[in-house]
Amino acid sequence: MYDFGVKTPKSVDEVKTALGDSDDGQYLAGGQTLIPVLKQRLAMPSDLISLARVDGLSGIEAGGDSITIKAMTTHADVAANADIQSAIPALAKLAGGIGDPHVRNRGTMGGSVANNDPAADYPAAVLGLGATVVTTEREIEADNFFTGMFETALDEGELITEIRYPIPEAAGYIKFPNPATRYALVAVMAAKFGNTVRVAVTGAGPCVFRVPEMEQALTGNFSPDSVKDGMVPADDLNNDIHASRDYRAHLIGVLARRAVAEANG
Amino acid sequence: MPAITVRVNGLEVTKEVGARTLLSTFIREEMKLTGTHVGCDTSQCGACVVTINGKTVKSCATFAWEADGADIGTIEGLGDAENMHPMQEAFREHHGLQCGFCTPGMVMTAVNLVENNPDIDEDGIKHGLEGNICRCTGYQNIIDAVKTGAKAMRG
Repeated sequence: MYDFGVKTPKSVDEVKTALGDSDDGQYLAGGQTLIPVLKQRLAMPSDLISLARVDGLSGIEAGGDSITIKAMTTHADVAANADIQSAIPALAKLAGGIGDPHVRNRGTMGGSVANNDPAADYPAAVLGLGATVVTTEREIEADNFFTGMFETALDEGELITEIRYPIPEAAGYIKFPNPATRYALVAVMAAKFGNTVRVAVTGAGPCVFRVPEMEQALTGNFSPDSVKDGMVPADDLNNDIHASRDYRAHLIGVLARRAVAEANG
Repeated sequence: MPAITVRVNGLEVTKEVGARTLLSTFIREEMKLTGTHVGCDTSQCGACVVTINGKTVKSCATFAWEADGADIGTIEGLGDAENMHPMQEAFREHHGLQCGFCTPGMVMTAVNLVENNPDIDEDGIKHGLEGNICRCTGYQNIIDAVKTGAKAMRG
């Protein structure tokens, strides 16, 4: 690791001051990605601004038609939360399948979403459920948030404070994990809200994406049979040592059908 | 960096740490508790698992200063050669190790799994050990050991 300074603000205002006082400050949430990245010297921030002791950034609030999860809430806490388990079981399942138990005890929702790893689970939840990302500056709709590989709509210094997930009529999440890392080789979130269906795919491309053709077919008939192979062409999908783009294209169809089946119970 | 105060296996200590000091380094080199192993140093293997406030974490993926004010549990806090924890006894009985390098993390994880779920079944044990890699055993003896350890912990 290159050397860095450490700042431990206690409030969102102090976070802004800490960032302003740093030449090239970087937020540290759970650190389950950032610390390994620092070890590899792939990042050299002047200061780490730890968010762990900032007041009001952790917790889960269940409302009438949505569930709000604060940014620093760990994956383990989301997975174990009774309100989420009953209102959006697919979200509890998704959080409970990230990494391993030790990673889930440290890793946070906000950190995962801000990082936007192409194979991370949370982007599929945010996009598939049509969530709203609330930051220190504004509210950003999921459709406008994920802009590319490890890229988001967040401006320099803008901090995610919470994410509001509308409660779907039904939702399912199925992941084909890389057996070593538990990252998604491909994973699909399928969610139904009245006459609207959303399907989000992570792991398969450079960034999480929706599948309009599947959504349209499922809007008419929310059944696994509506999902046909080939609805996502292989051309732009990831092609690496873990899986070919053709295999990933195939998995999208299979997992989408299973996600819809799971949503339908 | 200001000094941090932590309780390690119940013993309170205050020490200065560097910004880059990992919790694993602090435990091994400052506290001289070398039971916590560093296997991969890339947050994959789980040999460095300790507990922070009762939750298992990879101490090589946590800075020491992040644990300021916390209760830390390491393998040395479970027992010793004369007075082993029931989970350690079970690992010996079932030969749940070969080289032993991953064992501290395995045992810390196993004890935590059973504390949180005393009636844990085989499937739960397998999922619970997903963050702990063993390159020797093929896992079967470890799973047998955790089952026996769980039974002994239930009493």
